[in-house]
Amino acid sequence: MAANSVQTWSPPKAGRWPLFGVFALLFLIGSQFVAFTTSPPDRDMGELEKILYVHVPAAWIMSLTFAVVMFYSLRYLWKGDERDDLAAASAAEVGTMFNGLTLVLGMLWGKPAWGVWWAWDPRLTSTLVLFLIFVGYLSLRSFVDEPERRAKWSAAVGILGAINVPIVYMSVQWWRTLHQMQSTPDTVAGIYVLSLRLNAFAFLFVMIYFVRRRYESMCLERAAEHAEQAKALGGV
Amino acid sequence: MAENTSELAIDARAVARRFGSRWVLRGVTMQLRPGEIVGLLGPNGCGKSTLLRIFGTLLRPSAGTASVYGHDVVTASDRVRAHIGFLAHEPGLYDDLTARENLWFAATMLGVGNEEIEESLARVGLSHARHERVRGFSAGMERRLSVARMLLGKPKLLLLDEPYSNLDAEGIAMMSGVIADAVREGGAALVVLHELAPAAGMLSRTVTLTDGKN
Amino acid sequence: MSMRDDFRRVRAIVWKDLTTERRSKAGFNGVVALGVTILLLFGFALGPETAAIKSAASGALWLAALFAAVLAFNRSYQVELEGGALDPLLLYPGARWAIFSGKLIANLAFVGLMLIIVVLVGIVLYQVSIPSTWPALLGVLALGAIGICTLGTFYAAMASRSRAREVLLPLLLFPMLVPVLLAAMQATKALLNGDLMHESGAWMKLLVAYDIIFLIVTHLAFEHVIEA
Repeated sequence: MAANSVQTWSPPKAGRWPLFGVFALLFLIGSQFVAFTTSPPDRDMGELEKILYVHVPAAWIMSLTFAVVMFYSLRYLWKGDERDDLAAASAAEVGTMFNGLTLVLGMLWGKPAWGVWWAWDPRLTSTLVLFLIFVGYLSLRSFVDEPERRAKWSAAVGILGAINVPIVYMSVQWWRTLHQMQSTPDTVAGIYVLSLRLNAFAFLFVMIYFVRRRYESMCLERAAEHAEQAKALGGV
Repeated sequence: MAENTSELAIDARAVARRFGSRWVLRGVTMQLRPGEIVGLLGPNGCGKSTLLRIFGTLLRPSAGTASVYGHDVVTASDRVRAHIGFLAHEPGLYDDLTARENLWFAATMLGVGNEEIEESLARVGLSHARHERVRGFSAGMERRLSVARMLLGKPKLLLLDEPYSNLDAEGIAMMSGVIADAVREGGAALVVLHELAPAAGMLSRTVTLTDGKN
Repeated sequence: MSMRDDFRRVRAIVWKDLTTERRSKAGFNGVVALGVTILLLFGFALGPETAAIKSAASGALWLAALFAAVLAFNRSYQVELEGGALDPLLLYPGARWAIFSGKLIANLAFVGLMLIIVVLVGIVLYQVSIPSTWPALLGVLALGAIGICTLGTFYAAMASRSRAREVLLPLLLFPMLVPVLLAAMQATKALLNGDLMHESGAWMKLLVAYDIIFLIVTHLAFEHVIEA
């Protein structure tokens, strides 16, 4: 059996996914609406607190995406199916996007709340570190042309990066608590929880949709490469 | 009449390999039987070295299959390695170690005893230089030392990439002798050649690659 | 193929890497010189008031060691890549992790020695006094070095064989080392001040956990990375 470069799979069909996308978008709009209308302004933050309904779920989903990257990377190393590599890469791209969103929103919250754009808040700082780890993963992919080498190396880097996620969070947290630093609030009051949960699910659906679409387009690209390969070989 | 393929030294079918968007090999099919010394010819850049590296498990084929003594080069690469001796274009030696130290390292990695080292050095005519650092070696001496290293593993199939380059008349005789010895004992050899001359008398046949195919 | 064979191979690679490094001379001295230079530059950046320099000493020490170590990591594969020696290395029988172990141990010796020299110079430059807790400090140096070298040796196996290797190695490595650097810097800082709050223990536990986790994962993943 030849190496990965012979395509033994057919590209995934879009199927019902566009419908799911519409559902995810509507769910998101609905959840944000619920959040805005049902939760009263926070005692300290005022209306600023509304940003948390995007910032906090985005952060959760970002960590989840790392887990997805790790899952598909492990699966790739185990089974050798290049589609798993493409799935991991799709998740990494979407994760980077959510990561960037989390950072920007965190800073937008921080400026009015702390008075500065950056105050070495433990969660925000960890997010920045993870953002850089994601960027490293994507850079590696862009520097390697050979599909199989790119897949193997990405899988290793993805797994190591994902394993580091909790360790990074812990170490940055300890670092800041030693020096008594104020952090983005852990909204726990009952009224907020429902809205947060709702939005968490909304973002989860959106993430799943984005990853799926990106995965489809990556598979199509790869299938095109395979077709070109078959042509070049003259049907051998 | 069907060949018992596990007896074939090399069995390659439609082997292809691409680098980025460039197709270097486009479907090579060939067989090497035990006892054969086959020359691999073709113009520069036609994929001779690439094909050799695929047989040597250093590269995976992009398409097609290849096996050495019945072992697939991709799925049973460790068994393939146990049977082959690979002589690359580059010597692949450690310049700051002496000849003997280079061979000691190879012997240790192979799991072969130290007695073999002196034997190998003598076979290639480098006994006198055993304590000299490779940095001071000529290209011909480096070539000989690479051969000595290859012989440590007592290989059955020799995969040689332009083995005669940089060798003087004595070296050429040594090289031909090494090939003949290996093949005599049931082995085989695939020799990438730039020109036929040094090996002319020895070859069973030749395979020529043009445009990545034979 | 037994474990004993693999351990023998590990030792052979350690010997080979350290011997070629020792005989080529240029490498180690250059890396140490770089570390000291960086210490000096940090001194300029933070000083000249001694209070500022003293409080930043542990951070500067570790960063200087890190930047110098990055050079060592790519170098450890360069010997193989330049002369085409990676091919024969991959053709030997036996487990791939043995190659990684050998290179890791050799890098550890190299970086460890460099680290000690840089720390001694740093102690002088930054007017830090050697604390009574110096045995624990040695422990932190060792654990930090292991963390840095494990991931450094691993990522260099890829970076050294790709385009833009000088950029790719730090880009991949530095964010991953954040826990090690934080823990090592904080523990060092605490110990240099006598560790009155007993902070260093927690950081050392983190270092141990990090080292163990990544030692295992890198050894398992190496074969996928070196063959490709």
